[in-house]
Amino acid sequence: MRDSKLLKIALLIGLVIGIQALTTVTGTQYYLTQLTMSAYYALLVIGLAVVMGYAGQISLGHAGFFAIGGYLSAALTTHNLVALQANPVIHGLGNLGMLVSGQDIYGEPLLVVAPWAACIIAVCMAAIIALAIGIPVLKLKGHYLAMATLGFSIIIYRIGLATEYFGEADGISEVPGFTLLPAIGSFGPISVSGDFGLRVENYYVAWGLLIIGLWLLLNLIDSRVGRALRAIHGSEEAAEAVGINTAGFKLKVFVLSAVYAAFAGVFLTHYNGGIGPSEASVMKSVRYVALVAVGGMANVWGTLVMGVGLSFLSLRGVFGTYDDAVFGAILIVVMLFAPNGILSMNVKALFAGRRTTDEHR
Amino acid sequence: MTQALFFQYLFAGISYGVIYAIVAIGFNIIYNTTGIINFAQGEFVMLGGMISISLLHYFPLPVAIALAVVITMLVGALIEIIFIRWLDSPSVLRMIIITIGLSILIREVALHIWGESIRSLPYFIGNELTTVSIGPVRISPQVFWVVGVCGIMVLGLSLFFKMTSVGREMRACSANRTAAILCGINTRNMVTLSFMLSAGIGALAGCVMSPITYTQYDCGTSLAIKGFTVAILGGLGNSMGAVAAGILLGIIEAYSVAFVPLAFQDAISITILLIILFVRPHGIFGSSAAARLKEF
Repeated sequence: MRDSKLLKIALLIGLVIGIQALTTVTGTQYYLTQLTMSAYYALLVIGLAVVMGYAGQISLGHAGFFAIGGYLSAALTTHNLVALQANPVIHGLGNLGMLVSGQDIYGEPLLVVAPWAACIIAVCMAAIIALAIGIPVLKLKGHYLAMATLGFSIIIYRIGLATEYFGEADGISEVPGFTLLPAIGSFGPISVSGDFGLRVENYYVAWGLLIIGLWLLLNLIDSRVGRALRAIHGSEEAAEAVGINTAGFKLKVFVLSAVYAAFAGVFLTHYNGGIGPSEASVMKSVRYVALVAVGGMANVWGTLVMGVGLSFLSLRGVFGTYDDAVFGAILIVVMLFAPNGILSMNVKALFAGRRTTDEHR
Repeated sequence: MTQALFFQYLFAGISYGVIYAIVAIGFNIIYNTTGIINFAQGEFVMLGGMISISLLHYFPLPVAIALAVVITMLVGALIEIIFIRWLDSPSVLRMIIITIGLSILIREVALHIWGESIRSLPYFIGNELTTVSIGPVRISPQVFWVVGVCGIMVLGLSLFFKMTSVGREMRACSANRTAAILCGINTRNMVTLSFMLSAGIGALAGCVMSPITYTQYDCGTSLAIKGFTVAILGGLGNSMGAVAAGILLGIIEAYSVAFVPLAFQDAISITILLIILFVRPHGIFGSSAAARLKEF
């Protein structure tokens, strides 16, 4: 088991390097931009797969967590704090080295929160919000859970759309790059930004992050926690009867997946150099659910493949104006014919006219 | 707030409230026979409005509306027959995802047919400036149309469920499906019928509200959320509760305009929904004993 997992990860790493090499050889490096973005979306989706597939809890609110991460880091790293310098909180942050000062394009002094500090604040905020809404929300089941999480993401969308601090309908643009490692000798600084010269670096940062996230999740699933989650999915009452703290486990994976979503939001926002309210829209949340469903619910690898593949096609504009319709159709078709995901579809059984059994009760 | 303004808001709230109530009753009809919440309920309202607006080029208003209702009912029936009828006791999660997918598909089809432009039916009587004065308050006659048509629909539905044999069969289906099958009721047909019925009332509501609220391809989602809020508030499956809760929500929303920015108006109903779900998931009019038997 352990060996096959390592092997698969090694294969994935090989594939990632191979694709990068291939784009260099064929001169199609422009594909890397979308592959980088797809990797961040996939990071969110594999986190959601654990909540939906293993714990069996639907969440239509993950675009909300993505937006919390993205918006907070964007707002903190772009809004000038010079006027607030006297404020003790700001002063304290400055003493902790969490602020960077510079000059804007007009030569005016600029004081903003450092990207790494903003990232920590944004991810912690997403975790706290996930904890706060998770406690009441996860007591609900079925339709109620779906509607409650949907409602949450609409509220986040509305806040983004109506708050001046978050740029209202325009969103926040000109978000600075996020320097992960300073320059060491001739080895240049590693920075997450939309700079074309940094395309290859960013590709590896995104995929590195995704693979680390994947590795952690795979270990989690094979651990005691993973077994407990599967028990909850099978039957919550039975899980409780054998002594599993169902509410605690559900909450923990919900918060974990929110943290994944927030990380994806932070990094993608720095990469794109901005974020708009559409990132928090209902359609985004639905899209993430579609990606988990098509990947096979309780299948992190399948979700990874489908998440990267479909996000890439969508970002390349393959679906044209039918983008949303394609995701809607995917949801319906997968749920009707292959509720366990396309990769696990039993083609023979389908053609033999046998009805697919429903294992997601 | 002056007295005139107070009543103005009150009537605006009531006219929106009855629309929410109709959407909620649409949820209830399908929920009662299948145990499914149809997330595409708001799209029926949009379809009703859009189809009638298109048909208005060829037919007089009453015919256009009647045809729109019939077409939407057929769409509802088709959806049930193609996507839901043949599933063997599907799980809640699966049904949620399928109906969400349907709502997206319907919305996207509408986008490709009618585009992004905002449309509306003409006022049934007079135009947007015509008003009826009641004391200090001036109300558009369309408000009476909305309230009247929705009131008749609610009455008609309750008579249908109590008096007719088909209505009684549908209620039997919701009370105990197995027992209904044993009595020789074709429960699958009842489910198709419930989709037609809720599509039909949604479409009619979409037509009468169109002159006031306008119709756009994506207006279904927010209506569905509000309708769901109302359905929960009134107790899922309880139509009279839905009417009371709908008018309550409509009035709360109308008065909220005076206190919070318009952009947050949707957030208010969602906040109410979340509070209700956390505190009283069986609704303010529902009984907690009955709620324990349902799957939340």
